[in-house]
Formats: sequence, C-alpha cells, structure tokens
Amino acid sequence: MTPKIPPYIPMDTQPPIIEIENVSFAYSGEPVLRDVNLRVLPRDFIAVIGPNGGGKTTLLKLILGLLKPDRGRIRVNGDPPHKASPSIGYVPQDVHINRRFPITALDVVLMGKLDPKKRWSRRSASNRQDAMTALDRLGMADHARSRMGMLSGGERQRVFIARALVTRPKLLLLDEPTASIDTRGQAEFFELLKEINGEMTILAVSHDLLVISRYVKSVACVNKRLHYHDQAEITGEMLESMYPCTVEEVCPVELVAHGLPHRVLQDHEES
Amino acid sequence: MTGLRTRAASAALAAGMLMPPVSAWAAGSLAESALEWPSRAELIRVISLQDYNTRVVVIGATLLGAAAGLVGAFLLLRKRALLSDTLSHATLPGIVLAFMIMSAAGGEGKSLLGLMAGATVFSVLGTLSVMAIRRWSRLKDDAALGISLSVFFGLGISLLGIATRMETGNAAGLNAFIYGKTASMLFFDALLITLAALGAALFCLAFFKEFGLICFDADYAATQGWPVGWLDLILMSLVVIVTVIGLQAVGLILVVALLIIPPSAARFWTRRLSVMLWLSGLIGALSGLIGSAVSALMANLPAGAIIVLVAAGFFLFSLFLGTDRGLVRITAERRRLAGRIARENLLRTLFEMDEALSTPQAELPQPRDHTYETLLAERSWSSKQLRRTLGKLISRGLIEARPEKRYRLTESGSRTAAEVVRKHRLWEAYLIAHADVATAQVDMGADKIEHVLEPEMIRELETLLPEYSKAGMPASPHRFDGPKGGL
Repeated sequence: MTPKIPPYIPMDTQPPIIEIENVSFAYSGEPVLRDVNLRVLPRDFIAVIGPNGGGKTTLLKLILGLLKPDRGRIRVNGDPPHKASPSIGYVPQDVHINRRFPITALDVVLMGKLDPKKRWSRRSASNRQDAMTALDRLGMADHARSRMGMLSGGERQRVFIARALVTRPKLLLLDEPTASIDTRGQAEFFELLKEINGEMTILAVSHDLLVISRYVKSVACVNKRLHYHDQAEITGEMLESMYPCTVEEVCPVELVAHGLPHRVLQDHEES
Repeated sequence: MTGLRTRAASAALAAGMLMPPVSAWAAGSLAESALEWPSRAELIRVISLQDYNTRVVVIGATLLGAAAGLVGAFLLLRKRALLSDTLSHATLPGIVLAFMIMSAAGGEGKSLLGLMAGATVFSVLGTLSVMAIRRWSRLKDDAALGISLSVFFGLGISLLGIATRMETGNAAGLNAFIYGKTASMLFFDALLITLAALGAALFCLAFFKEFGLICFDADYAATQGWPVGWLDLILMSLVVIVTVIGLQAVGLILVVALLIIPPSAARFWTRRLSVMLWLSGLIGALSGLIGSAVSALMANLPAGAIIVLVAAGFFLFSLFLGTDRGLVRITAERRRLAGRIARENLLRTLFEMDEALSTPQAELPQPRDHTYETLLAERSWSSKQLRRTLGKLISRGLIEARPEKRYRLTESGSRTAAEVVRKHRLWEAYLIAHADVATAQVDMGADKIEHVLEPEMIRELETLLPEYSKAGMPASPHRFDGPKGGL
C-alpha cells in the first residue's frame, strides 16, 4: 500500500479550518460577543486571549457547537460545528473535571475511541493499542493504570490531549491548558503542542498570554468584539483599545515587538 | 380494627404531626407482642424461600436493590444524588391524587399501577420545578432542591388529609408509601417491581459507556456528537423508575438511601468505574436481600428501614476497611510514613552533627557519640518519640547504643544517613534554584517532600542541578552552628 500524498496547496489558498462570520451571542439578554469575525487557516497555532468575562470561553463553546450563535455563521472544516465533531479534538479545562471519579488514564483515552455512530462495534484490542500509543507519545504510558485523580495537573492535561488525538482530529481546541501546570512544566508542554501542531491546527484559550505568546503563531484578543487589526496597525492604539483589560491581561508589548500576526476582539463602543 | 388504626395514624400524619414511623407503628404494635424472635423452623423457611409470600418479597427487594445500586452509581457520579431525594418526596401528591381520581371514578383506589403512574408524573413535575426555580430565581441547587422537596411533600400530606375524609374509597394504607410496607405487597406488585428493576438494571449495563462518558465529562461527550441531553433523560428516567418501584418496598423517604448508599460504599474499593458499578449493584442487592429477609422473620421490623440499615452497615464497613480510600488503610499508611520521616530525620540529625565535627575532606564523617539530651534538644521531639525512634533504628542496626546513654551511627547507619541528607539537600537546592523560595524557608519545604522522593525524581533533580555531581554531598544552604548541646 503506497501512502497517499496530498497535493501541495499553499497556505493562503487553503480553505480556512475555522470560519466565523458576524457572530453574536448573549447569555439571557446580556451580550457576550458582538459581530465576531475570525478565519483560522490550517496549521495555525492561535491563542485566544482576553480579560475574564470577555467571551473567550463562549467563543470556544461556539466553535465546539456546545452553544448556538444568536446571529451569524460558524463553519469548522466547512461544516456547521455540530457536524464537524469528528474533526475536532477538545481538551477541557482541568478544573471542570471531577478528580475523585473512579477512572484510570487509559480509560479516559479510550473514551475518545467511543463513536456515537458505531455504538455496537467492539474492537477493544485495537482501541486499546491506539490508546496506549497516544499515551506513549505524550510520555504517559507508565501512568496508564493510574487513577486520574492521582496524577498532577500537567499529567492530566496530557491524558486529555491523548484522548483528543486518538480521534485523529484536524483541529485541537484547548481550554486554559496551562491553568494547572507549573512554570517549568509549561515550557515542556508547549514544546509538545508545537510538535503536534505539525499535524493539526491548534487553538488555545488562555488568560496566561505571557507564556503562550512565546509559542503560538498568532494571537486573537477577545473582549466582547472581534475586530481585525492588521499587523502594521498594532501600535499604541491597540494597547489603548485594550484599556478595559486589567494590567496583566493587556496584550504585552513583547507580543507586538515579536510581530506576531495579531487579531483583536475588543469593545469598540467608545470609538 | 387494623383499618381503623392505620386510619388514625394517617390522620395524625395529615394533621402535620410528622412523627417518625415509630409512633404510628408502636401504636399499632401495642396490641401485638413485642419483638418476637423467629423460631428455627421459621428461619429455615425464610432462608430457603419456601414461603411463597416471602419468596415474592425477597426476590423483589433484591432486584430493587441491585437496580438502585446500578442506577445510583451513575446518579452519584453525575452529582445529582440529592435530586433523587426531591424526586421521591414529590411522588406523594401524585400517589394521593391518583388514588382520589381512581376512587372517584369508582374503581379500585389502590391499584398499584395507577398509583405508580401518579407518582411518576409528580416525580417529573418535581424535577421540572427544581429546574424552573434554578433558572428563574438564580438560587443555588441546594435551595431549589429544598424548596421543591418540602413544598411537594407538604402538598402530598395535605392531600392525604383530604383523602382520608373522602366518602368513596378507603385511603387507609396509603401512608405505607411514605415508610414502605413490603408485607402489603401482592404477587402482581412484586412481579411489577421485579420486571421494572430487571429492566432498569439491564438498561444501565447496556448504556455503561455512554453514562460513564456523560458523568465524567459531559461537555466533551457533546463535542464528540453524543446526544448528552437524551442520555441524561434516559438516566433520570431510570432514577424515576427505581424510585417509583421502590416506593412500596422502602417508602419515599428512604428510597433515596438505596440510590446513594451502595455506590458511596463501592467507591472505597476501586479506581475503576466498571468495578464500582458491579460492587454498587451487589451491595444494593445484598441490602435488599438481607433487609427483606430479616423483616420477613421479625414481623415488627419494617423492611425499608432494615434494608437501609443493612446498606449503611456496608457503607461503614467500606469506609473503614475499603482498599482504595478506606480510613484504616489511609491511617496505616500515614503512620508508616510518619515513622519513616521520624527515622530519617533522626539519622540526618546525627549525620549533620558528625559532619560539623569532622574535617570537610572526609568522604563520610567519622561517627561520634551523642548524648540523649543533645538529640532531644536538636529534634525538639517528645522524649517518648525519640526513644521509640531510637529503638527502631537500633533494632535495624543503623544506630548503636553506647554507654552512659550515648548513641552513634553504625557504619551502615552512616551510609543510609548520607543518602537521606543528600536527598534533602538536593531538594533544597532545587527549591532555591527553581522555585524562588527564600532560603530561610527551604528547610520546612524540603522536610516534607524529601521523604517521598522516588529514585527517578532524584535522578531528574541531579540533571537539573548539574553542579551537584552524582557522588558528592551538597553543602547545606543553612549556616550550621554545630550541636546545640554539649558533646
């Protein structure tokens, strides 16, 4: 069997993996996102940052199809989010997980192998093999039999990534991936993501942009509104427009200095 | 006669004198003899299930326990345990209303199927009211649950008061649903319970993976295309079914115990969901079996209460002796660790005192004699703890007792102590270099962790701290003033 080599398509002519057009969303009448537009191209490693309550997590849930936009259109890999689920790998925020749940790391990864469309299929041996391969790739093979609650925050995060990888997604979505990893672990963790990024697009939601900005290819700031700023425009005006953010949540100057492609989702009401 | 008595009891209940079952029950049992121990013949009859009535009740209660244990495991992990309590209390108005409608229509007021239908409708209404309160009032879960539970139960009690005064039908015995009364079970009732319990149990096993998925991580399940809403609905329907069929056997106040106690007990034995599920079902089944059999043997003991007490016995047993997080095991492990920490600390003290008194060039410091008082002052331990720790170390040949209450490290003791000290200092050095911990506070932090450092971790520390070569002994970051007491 000869492996199929996909035809080479230059980056900018490829169809975007995430396409968000004029999306608005409100929680019981309270607007969270207004007229958001975002296009993420394949192989991008994009960080979504912004103040708490700015709509980062809401944006993530919209992309995942867990929430439906009040207005606008979202396409993931060309499909509406709820149909795109097989191509999305989701890594949840660690704090939302019940640490006392009786489950081993291997069982968590095997959850990724459950397919709603093949409910009655039983291929446990090959599933187990795939799950172990994924764990091994993330350096967690030795912990396969450990209970999730006994692992450290970084180890749990790796198990969740392994679970996302067994479905062979095109897009990996991470919600606050570094929240429970110590500083030294974070660098190692992002190196790992960088490696995975060779195979798939990654979008990470994070409030910890000082760390994340060193590893990602582009950054989107969210504060109620998504407004695209061309890289050339990112100057004092941009920092000023992030005014509602608190000090540590303002996009850092170093990010501007690095010249990362930078999109800002922010409240433009005043201007 | 019996009817009159029960009627009086339910009237008292309806009037709001919500006395525990004992009063109503004691009033009834006064005429009969006190607790009667079963004869041997009876015992054999019940255990061997020869008696037709007993057989029906015991099999029904066992399957009910198994079904409740299985469904309850998922309910507990979905963190909805208290919802089942509200749900079961909300069934009372449904039961009474169904009775009133059926008697007014001229039918048999106490047809179990009809009463169960009423109970089902109201358990769903109770659940919906919790969701409505949570959504519109912004109250927290516990408040919403408490409001629904008490209001629905109050409504049920009021309706019961009206029902007992109704011209048509005989409401006597309706309050059996509050505390449960297996003895009033007919063959058809038991058959219904048995089939429903069997169905709920099989359903639970068929949806094992799906339920596990939504209990662990519902958001993830939704992103993978699982119909989380429907799965939740199926799970809650199973809870409703188990609650409703449990009403007659254990009563609406106690049925929640069958859903919560078996899975809570099962958690102390395993780290795997499948094992927990089987154990939970087993504990539930055994509780049902033992409880209903005991109740069948002793006429005055209500089955529901005994079933719950048996389940509680399993829970206590698991809490103390459970292999995963049982208290005895945790305590033993903690004591073992505390003992090891004490021994390692004492070895380190002796080693560091030797070190301060010997030339820095020596690979291992020359062991010297130290008095008991010096050690006591150095470790600030109680005399008892020091004696015990010294005793352990002497029996292991790491310390030797010298004349005049003096102690010194043996050769192997010195080597062991060197390992301990090295671990401690490596960890201290790591904390200083990589965690921005003030040097003065390092000793405390190192004290706690060094004792549990795995060899693998030590190797990692060594690669992180290249200045500490494998063989060398790192210097202490503290200024060491030598022993505080005299030599």
